[in-house]
Amino acid sequence: MSEVPFWVEVVVAALLVLSGLFVLISALGFLRLQDFFLRMHPPALAYTFGSWCVTLAGILYFSMLSERLTLHPWLIIIMLSMTVPVTTVLLARVALFRRRVAGEPNTPPVLTRPDDS
Amino acid sequence: MSPFLYWSIRFALGCYALASVLVLHRLIRGPRAQDRVFALDLLYFHAMLVMLVLGIRNQSDVYFEGALLIALFGFVSSLAMAKFILRGEVIE
Amino acid sequence: MRQRLLPSPLMSAALLALWLALARSTSMGQILLGLILALVAPWLTSRLRPTRVRVRHPLVIARFILRVGHDVLVSNFEVALGVVFWRFRRPQSKFVVLPLELKDPLGLAALSMVTTVVPGTVWSELALDRSALLLHVWDVSDEQEFITRFKARYEAPLREIFE
Repeated sequence: MSEVPFWVEVVVAALLVLSGLFVLISALGFLRLQDFFLRMHPPALAYTFGSWCVTLAGILYFSMLSERLTLHPWLIIIMLSMTVPVTTVLLARVALFRRRVAGEPNTPPVLTRPDDS
Repeated sequence: MSPFLYWSIRFALGCYALASVLVLHRLIRGPRAQDRVFALDLLYFHAMLVMLVLGIRNQSDVYFEGALLIALFGFVSSLAMAKFILRGEVIE
Repeated sequence: MRQRLLPSPLMSAALLALWLALARSTSMGQILLGLILALVAPWLTSRLRPTRVRVRHPLVIARFILRVGHDVLVSNFEVALGVVFWRFRRPQSKFVVLPLELKDPLGLAALSMVTTVVPGTVWSELALDRSALLLHVWDVSDEQEFITRFKARYEAPLREIFE
């Protein structure tokens, strides 16, 4: 096993701990909150900050380990920023549609033009 | 590898495991199908994070491909399931 | 002729960079393979993209990305604190209807990416005539202030970029 400078290990460790904490908080919120739309907010924590910290730690660690700039972990951030919105928007649409069909309370009505309402 | 980094990797992996258990609880409890699809998407995401951290622990670059593949499979599968519970058809 | 060969140069460049990053080498063979991918894939899929992407105001785009990154960090901490102190203080979350002036489909796609990536907001529904947007917001005390801030912060630069 090769070694990296100590300060790199400290920074990587801090980033990993931060990411672990944020993922844990997001899962806690996802379990605890009552309403589906309220529950959609905490997972975004893990999707953004949790993954950013891990990929930054990976970039730093592997760059120092191989002593040349390795940027491929960026692909994770870029790919997540493209795929996560698609799933989230579709799930929000699904939730609205199904709640309107089921007639649940606290569901906003279908958007219409302001002048014909 | 210093014990400092070793234990922080342990801590991060433990956090992901605990978070997966919490999300699994939501997957079982529901209450509706969209909650379950979202929970499954999050489980995929946690698996991807675990792969990335394992790559740092074993100082190996190969885990990165695994993480990318898990993320892509998670995206496709949760998209298909969301589409299915929207209309009951995956391809219209 | 240039249109035929390179329907979208940006996408070709991105594909080449993706290939080289995944192969993790810049040897001649990999560059050649990447070039083949970068030339063939946009040509095969050009029918799937009816609107052409043109990049204008790169400075505005860079500033917009930095602003979104900053907002993501800030609202990450807000939502995290809101979850941790859920027992003591409930955030005032509700649906907000935003009137939209942005009509460009690519701009709207970018806006939906921004709203879902920032943890405090969830893109819920777009009106069929693209005149209004339904957002679920994590913590909003003054609805009007939120709307004006959102429009100035995200919609105005997107209109500048895409329209």
